[in-house]
Amino acid sequence: MNNRVLKIIFSFVGLVLLQVLVCSHMNFMGDINPYVYVLFILLYPVINNRLLFIFTSFLIGYTVDIFLDSGGVHAAASVTIAYIRPLILKFSFGAAYDYQSIKFSAVEFSRRLIYFLVLIVVHHVILFSLVIFDQTKTVLILQQTLYSSIFTLILCLLFSSLFSIKET
Amino acid sequence: MQQLFNFFIKNKTFVLFLLLFSYALSITIQSNGYHHSKFLNSSNQITGSIYGAFHSITQYFNLKRENQILLEENSRLKMVVFNQEKEVPIDTLLDYKYELQPSLVYKNSYTLPKNYLTINKGQNDEIEEDYGVITSKGIVGIIDKTSKNYSRVLSVLNTNSRINVKLKKTNYFGTLSWDGKSPEITQLKDIQDLVTLSVGDTIVTSGYSSIFPPNIPVGSVESFRLNDTEDLYIIDVKLFNSMRNLEHVYILKNTDINELKALNSSDE
Repeated sequence: MNNRVLKIIFSFVGLVLLQVLVCSHMNFMGDINPYVYVLFILLYPVINNRLLFIFTSFLIGYTVDIFLDSGGVHAAASVTIAYIRPLILKFSFGAAYDYQSIKFSAVEFSRRLIYFLVLIVVHHVILFSLVIFDQTKTVLILQQTLYSSIFTLILCLLFSSLFSIKET
Repeated sequence: MQQLFNFFIKNKTFVLFLLLFSYALSITIQSNGYHHSKFLNSSNQITGSIYGAFHSITQYFNLKRENQILLEENSRLKMVVFNQEKEVPIDTLLDYKYELQPSLVYKNSYTLPKNYLTINKGQNDEIEEDYGVITSKGIVGIIDKTSKNYSRVLSVLNTNSRINVKLKKTNYFGTLSWDGKSPEITQLKDIQDLVTLSVGDTIVTSGYSSIFPPNIPVGSVESFRLNDTEDLYIIDVKLFNSMRNLEHVYILKNTDINELKALNSSDE
């Protein structure tokens, strides 16, 4: 149990630092940045205290916000995907979720892809709507969401497979 | 009452989500207004020291370019000094209206609509809000938050930024703002349509505010068009300063600022 908590704290700190020091300064093709800290919310243990999980997700978003001076946009996006995660888990893993026996390192690639994709896209839509905060620029919001989502998805898949090798 | 409690207990996850989400929304909206947010920002001790530690590694990558920039600036200043008829005093006992303090940029962004910089000087170095920040080539922004050792700079690439500038040739002045699109181009508004303009005209600071002294280079006219009512120009200004890679900056301290503030407050 203690080991698990330590692991969560370690990944929290690690992902925040990775995000604010490296990923937010990539500026690929001008202005595309991945937001890899969502991996924390994606891979948080399935069996959890839901209130605590929502609060930790808020905390990681807010920490990133403080570093990047972006108000509360990451906090809002993170807390939303933390809240809807059980729904998406059920949608993408079906029966396995009902028995609460999902191991992220062991599930099929296609299911993991769908699960990651849905949550990342939801996160990015909320994030960029709040960052740009101008309803006349819907095209720009969608464009940014699309490009950043692809970038984030690739990095998240890479990192998650990296860590699953470690676990086994 | 009992029912109300039961409702909250039954929907506690949703209530918590709603609470946190609306809190996040409120700080987002508050941060959109200039000078009103009292929330944590990147100039605090923890984030400042983490950025500082990381910067102490990454600064080596820019060393060559930074040396080149400093050399260019030095040679330009030396040229000014050598071509001066009078002898230029180099002692520090003189009264300067503006004092300069060098500083390092720890964090910089230019892709968001609201960009801020974090620099490594703060209240301990007598830095206060509303001091201007420049580089050897042009302006960077205005300090909007300070902590003991770090400050946050409202970049010119922030949609809330408003800086008073003028056309060098004709002395007509206007407000420099940013539309959030390209990190090289900012917009100058409020110039009347009877002013003759040409592409390439130099734009400098006007000196009408106490933040920047007059005649600091800002940029050059890239293109211009009339606004919707066709009486004012909207001028695209190409910044002299590349906001993409900032390392060494200067903080401008107006030594008369307290006197000016006292004057302004006596007006109100």
